[in-house]
Amino acid sequence: MGRAIPPLALVQPVLEGRLSAVARMITHAESGEEACHEALAEIYRHTGKAHVVGITGVPGSGKSALVTRLCKALRAGERSVAVIAVDPSSPFSGGSILGDRIRMNELVTDPGVFIRSMATRGALGGLSRAALSGVDILDAAGYDVVLIETVGVGQDEIDVVQAVHTTLVVSAPGLGDDIQAIKAGVLEIADIHVVGKCDRSDAHRTVTDLKNMLAMGHRDGQGYGWQVPLIPTSSFSGEGIPELLTAIDGHLEALTTSGELEQRRRRIAQTRLLKSAENILRDQFQRHHDRQISELTDRMMAGRTHPHAAAQILLNQFRSERKP
Amino acid sequence: MEGPNTQPIRVMIAKVGLDGHDRGVKIVARCLRDAGMDVIYTGLHRTPEEVALAAVQEDVDILGISILSGAQMTVFPRVLELLRGQHGSDIAVVGGGVMPDEDVTELKRLGVSEILLQDTPPQAIVESMRRLVQERGPR
Repeated sequence: MGRAIPPLALVQPVLEGRLSAVARMITHAESGEEACHEALAEIYRHTGKAHVVGITGVPGSGKSALVTRLCKALRAGERSVAVIAVDPSSPFSGGSILGDRIRMNELVTDPGVFIRSMATRGALGGLSRAALSGVDILDAAGYDVVLIETVGVGQDEIDVVQAVHTTLVVSAPGLGDDIQAIKAGVLEIADIHVVGKCDRSDAHRTVTDLKNMLAMGHRDGQGYGWQVPLIPTSSFSGEGIPELLTAIDGHLEALTTSGELEQRRRRIAQTRLLKSAENILRDQFQRHHDRQISELTDRMMAGRTHPHAAAQILLNQFRSERKP
Repeated sequence: MEGPNTQPIRVMIAKVGLDGHDRGVKIVARCLRDAGMDVIYTGLHRTPEEVALAAVQEDVDILGISILSGAQMTVFPRVLELLRGQHGSDIAVVGGGVMPDEDVTELKRLGVSEILLQDTPPQAIVESMRRLVQERGPR
């Protein structure tokens, strides 16, 4: 046993779209191991073709069912689609139960659909740390559309907007005050609003509430001529799905013609640069400065040093050790 | 919390065919989660094709199939064959449920890595999963 395939050897099969290679490469990316960076860098050079769409919303709003419907609609138009479905890790054991697939089973045997579940592994903001590397891999493998389904979010988990071209925010009737609860955060990031479960009789109230909120004008006409639409859907009956797909395509069109797409690509790149730098630094601190971290923590516990001052000391030590 | 290099074991838990008894697999899924593993549950009434393809896409270490319907001698050989056809033969297939001893012997001969019968304690299930991944080594 133990015939490990080096990540670099997977690059070519990934670019050819071989399922098992794509899947294994995502595993490598999730591990964050040193050996995968060269392969991921090679893959990154082949990205930039896919339309990356984020789907977010409160838990139970129907994101997974909506994703299933969207995949089918995309397939009907002969477009290939990949899904990254993020579910939470347990804060105690680190384990997870990834259940988004339960609602997506009917898609699996279609070779034009690829679904991958990811656990958050402590990452905040609704995504997992490897989600964006996953998007790169699926983009390079040739999928036309990549959907990221975030964990069910509450008020402030808006990382997805820094990671995708088009953001869908899903609301649903019967969740009461959730709309109120999220209106200052998550609702503002929508490029397209979706109200799910519109086969329910109380759905019109949710639609009205949202329309009123949108009329107050958050990001309407966001500077590139895009009016945020609100689309009632039912994943049960399929109502509204064609309209939603038209809106998604329309948004990409608006992004492209206005030049906003380049802006967003740039913003995504910059966010990833800073996140990577953060990860490298944290990793180096933990590896080489364990003792200093422990000493400074002692000083903070004794009430002598403020966290900000302690961080300055740590950074100064780090810098002085690295001077030539 | 975990460092970047400790990968949780990934397990897919599946129910295949006309067997609707899923209390057991849900308990197993929960035990494995509490042992720090990522558990992907497929839900009920899946086909061997769906399960094998999903396991390859998810790149799981272990595919656990629970069977309480007596269909084990049909389902497991088919899943093993499909995995081989999809470059997924390094996924360890584990069976769970109720079945005769002679079937257990035969299934292991065919390539099922482990069969955990109905009286297996949760901790033993967790240990089996860890042992199988350790024996396989890095991939």
